[in-house]
Amino acid sequence: MLSTKNRSVSLLAVSLGLALFAGACGDDGGSTAAATGSTAKTGTTKPAASSGATAAPTTTVAPKVEVTGTLNASGATFPKGFYEVAIAEFKKAQPKATLTYAGGGSGKGRTDLQSQVVDWAGSDGLVKDADKPNYKGGEFLYFPTVVAPITVSYNLDGVDKLNLSAETVAKIFQREIKTWDDAAIVAENPDAKAKLTGNITVAHRSDGSGTTEHFTIYLNKSVGAGGTGVWKLKSGSTVEWPADTQAGNGNAGVAQIVKDTKGAIGYVDFSDAKATGLKFASLKNKAGKFVAPSLDGASAAAEGATVNPDLSYDPLWAEGDKAYPIAAPTWILAYVKQTDKAKGETLKTFLRFMLTDGQKLAPSIDYAPLPKGLDEKAIAQLDKLQIPV
Amino acid sequence: MNTNPDFRTPEFSARGRRADSLFRYATIAAGAIVLLVLGAVAFTTTKRAWPALDSMGLDFFTSDRWAPNEKFFGARSFIYGSLVASTIAVVLAIPVSIGIALFTTQVVPARWRRPIVYLVDLLAVVPSVVFGLWGILVFAKHVDGFYGFLHDVLGPIPVVGDLFGEGSGRGYMTAGIILAIMITPIITSLAREVIDTCPPADREGAYALGATRWEMIRGTVLPYSKGGLVGAVMLGLGRAMGETIAVALVIGSTANISANLFASGDALPARIANEWGEAEGTWRAALIGLAVTLFAVTILVNLAATAVVNRSLAKSQGTR
Repeated sequence: MLSTKNRSVSLLAVSLGLALFAGACGDDGGSTAAATGSTAKTGTTKPAASSGATAAPTTTVAPKVEVTGTLNASGATFPKGFYEVAIAEFKKAQPKATLTYAGGGSGKGRTDLQSQVVDWAGSDGLVKDADKPNYKGGEFLYFPTVVAPITVSYNLDGVDKLNLSAETVAKIFQREIKTWDDAAIVAENPDAKAKLTGNITVAHRSDGSGTTEHFTIYLNKSVGAGGTGVWKLKSGSTVEWPADTQAGNGNAGVAQIVKDTKGAIGYVDFSDAKATGLKFASLKNKAGKFVAPSLDGASAAAEGATVNPDLSYDPLWAEGDKAYPIAAPTWILAYVKQTDKAKGETLKTFLRFMLTDGQKLAPSIDYAPLPKGLDEKAIAQLDKLQIPV
Repeated sequence: MNTNPDFRTPEFSARGRRADSLFRYATIAAGAIVLLVLGAVAFTTTKRAWPALDSMGLDFFTSDRWAPNEKFFGARSFIYGSLVASTIAVVLAIPVSIGIALFTTQVVPARWRRPIVYLVDLLAVVPSVVFGLWGILVFAKHVDGFYGFLHDVLGPIPVVGDLFGEGSGRGYMTAGIILAIMITPIITSLAREVIDTCPPADREGAYALGATRWEMIRGTVLPYSKGGLVGAVMLGLGRAMGETIAVALVIGSTANISANLFASGDALPARIANEWGEAEGTWRAALIGLAVTLFAVTILVNLAATAVVNRSLAKSQGTR
């Protein structure tokens, strides 16, 4: 109930925002419109132009630029829910644009972008320097879009609040701690001592996944090779899980195992964990505080992260009292040199939408918006896109 | 229209000869295309898998360690999983399918035959993902207790007990059972066709000699259709080895080798499907390597089966 209400409120905000957006981007839009001729003409027949006519013949209120390109994309499944909602909203404002997002995984998105099968790609991870020469379209840009917490969800009767440190999480997922009454868990949850009973079933992803990658990066950074060395499986979109663990396909698959199995624990992204009705643990962050997963916690983590010049940043195991330790970033990858005018303009308009009004949509479907500052940097980066005239 | 067709006119037989040679070339081309496509597939996949095969060497086939994040790829546990799950499937499906085939051809009254055949064939059109989802959401959840029962009963027996260890609903056995359901209609419909070719004279001869129905089936129908039945089973086995999504959902997806049939494992095609989306570079090459391995394993299994069949056919035909 609450979420539908939230959603309609945010939709309202978006439609209001769009009206503002049409005016705000007038400067940029006006110049492209003037240059493009035909698109400008379709723009002038729009109601926006009539308001311009009543105000003054000057360009204080520029007509909204209508974009007509078709953009195909594939990649990360983690932000797919958000991208689909954002694309649907974008189409309401730009009915002549066609956008698709096929998902398929970050690796698929990057491979598709390399061979220019898609116009942009979603990716949870960064491109290794060694792979950069494989990108046929030359230099590309990272546009951060949203951040979202990954929960450590569990199924234990009578335990509504569970505190776990990174070290305990690492030991549980490596099967070094096999029962809930282990001293390490009890020490972190003295109040729930009586209810902490039974064997632990560990659930992880069977498919390669950015969620696994972020979860293992968190463990590797906090208690892995760089830290205490407790976590030995390193990081990656698939790691060598112990044989006596359970695997589920997708976030929904892991959530299903946790839901069905008493004593199970698994890592599940925030929106799926909420949708499945799972209970999730509060995790000890770098500052030593136990923090429950929340959108604010994820945004706080992103705020605490250092942003590189290429807009890559790492919000995992970030500084800050409020930072949730497993906040997962995700990016849109696009080539600097756009070869098609209509596509290039559509891409620029769409990315601008994602970074402005799209951000307001995010919380309604359990993704956290970018922290202030990062979104501005990403918007500034839009000017680097080279669109043929 | 020719009112007086003369088949011996020189034009006609010349045209006939031309058509004949044309037919010959067309069939040769059709046959060659199959070999060409197979060869091209083998070549391209091996070429694209080469970075992984080259860096891993023989370890690719003999190691059971699969660690993409450390660029170490060993396919042994997946080969094992594929073989175990399809063996379970075939062992379970053979008696059922041949039973249904014999039932519909030899036992059931003619008017019931069509609906039964129709129902079994209907099973073949259910998409594999439906079997997979049913397997994971319904079957795996409820079969758990039955596995526990089997473990309690059979577990203490030496050697055999090792096959029935502890486990969950996600593993070789569940995958094998789901696969058995999927390949049963294929084996059944082929077996039915094969059994139908047994000449009535043979059957009636057996009856005339005083054979009971079962003796007639054992003495004439089964020996007569043996080769075809093995072919039917081979097709089912091929389907079981190549099945991807249903297996990926229920086999448990762990790189594991265990004699315990209830343990989690993984199969070659399931691993490809699960990791393809995130794989890049050598990892992607290694997954293509798994496809090459599957190709090779399937061919080897088929060749071995054909050899066995030919030997036993030669033997049984010798006594006939």
